This record gives sequence, structure tokens and C-alpha cells, in this order.
Amino acid sequence: MSHIRVPTPLRPYTEGQGKLEVEAGTVGEALLELTTKFPSIGPHLYNEDGELRPYVNLFVNDQDVRTLDGEQTPIKEDDTLMILPSIAGGTI
Amino acid sequence: MTFTVPGPVMDEINGHGEKSYPEEGAGLILGLSEGEHREARQVLPMPNHFDSHKRGRRYRLDPQEILQAEERAEQLGLEVIGVFHSHPDHPSAPSQTDLDWAVPWYVYLITSIEKGAASETRAWRMLEDHSRMVEEILEIKDGDG
Ligand SMILES: [Zn+2]
Repeated sequence: MSHIRVPTPLRPYTEGQGKLEVEAGTVGEALLELTTKFPSIGPHLYNEDGELRPYVNLFVNDQDVRTLDGEQTPIKEDDTLMILPSIAGGTI
Repeated sequence: MTFTVPGPVMDEINGHGEKSYPEEGAGLILGLSEGEHREARQVLPMPNHFDSHKRGRRYRLDPQEILQAEERAEQLGLEVIGVFHSHPDHPSAPSQTDLDWAVPWYVYLITSIEKGAASETRAWRMLEDHSRMVEEILEIKDGDG
């Protein structure tokens, strides 16, 4: 089993759970398992065009998947896929 | 929703905004959430990782530092319930950039810093459908009570 870590703002959609177990070979498969089990989390991860929202960061262990193979990045037994919010903004 | 912030925590938020001026200062708010009520317990001022020449108008926190903050909150029996940032010489209402990046559920505190001094803080939250930010009731709790 691999693990998914869910940040606080997304826990209302996972029945309050911050850590979940998945059986998946890639980041994309893990997210599919997550959104299948908890469909209401989907719109908070993906926009209307099915693209990841800009404030969603995905890390496998401590590596940003954008620097790896994106959603094709493999995850192994005991790896943790971390979903982390981007927090940003500005004055204007 | 009502957001309660103890006076000393508010002082720290104002102080970070003033110290960061003329750049934007930002950080995370740790506390408790129960139904429609949130209460701040402490703040974690964090480095602004936006390009240095644009930090007067933008802020960005580092995801790894957000992870560390979440872990610290868990150790303390708290949650990361929101984000604070300053608007140097600008009103404390969300900008288009704030709207573009806001994560629903978090409370966003925006503090206006006028000529280096904190003037006004307001609390905002992004709606679930990502359409707009609405203002929340901000209650500053003084003293020990
Ligand atoms: Zn702002």
C-alpha cells in the first residue's frame, strides 16, 4: 500500500481523514482512487477542463512531481503522495 | 462564520506586516475549527518566496514549509486554519490575485499597512464554488478572557 496525505482544507471531502491508503502504481492512479472514493474532492483538485488547479501541489515523498513525470510519476510501496496547497496572493 | 483572534496574536500579525513593509508579509494561522467558528491560537510568520523585486505586490509561501507547518500544528493538537498577509499602502480587501489563488475553507486575513503602520485587518473566505470571497466576522479577543 501507498499513502496519500490530504491537507486540512481538503479534509471536509475525505470525511476528515488526513491520511489514506491506496493501491496505485502512479500519481494519476492514486488520485483516481481518491476521487472515486470521495467524488466531492474532485472539483477542488481539478478545474472544469480536468486540469489540476493552480493551487494544488503534488509531492512524492519530498519531490515535486512537476520535476518528475507529473501524474505518470510512479509511486512505490510505502511512498507517500502529498497534496499540498499553494498559498499565494497579492495586493493588486 | 466567526473568526476569533486573541489580541496578542493580532499584534503579531500586525507586527509582521509592519516589519515586512514595503514588501508583503505573510504566514499561516494555527488554531481550532468547530462548525462555523474558528479560533486562532498562534501564527507562523513565513518567508515570502516571490521574486524579490515583486514582493511589494505579491507573496508566495513554500509548499515544503506549509507541510512543516501542518506537522507542527498536528503536534500541538491544532490545525492550519488560515493565512494572513499584508497589503502595503492598499485597502484590506482581496485583490484579483488573491481571488485567483484562494483555497476554499481557509480564512484569509488581510492587513492594510499604511506608511509602515498596520491600520485595518479584515477576514475573508473563498466560496466552495470558487466564485468569490466573502467577508467573515472578525472578533478580536482582548486579555485572558
Ligand atoms: Zn492580497
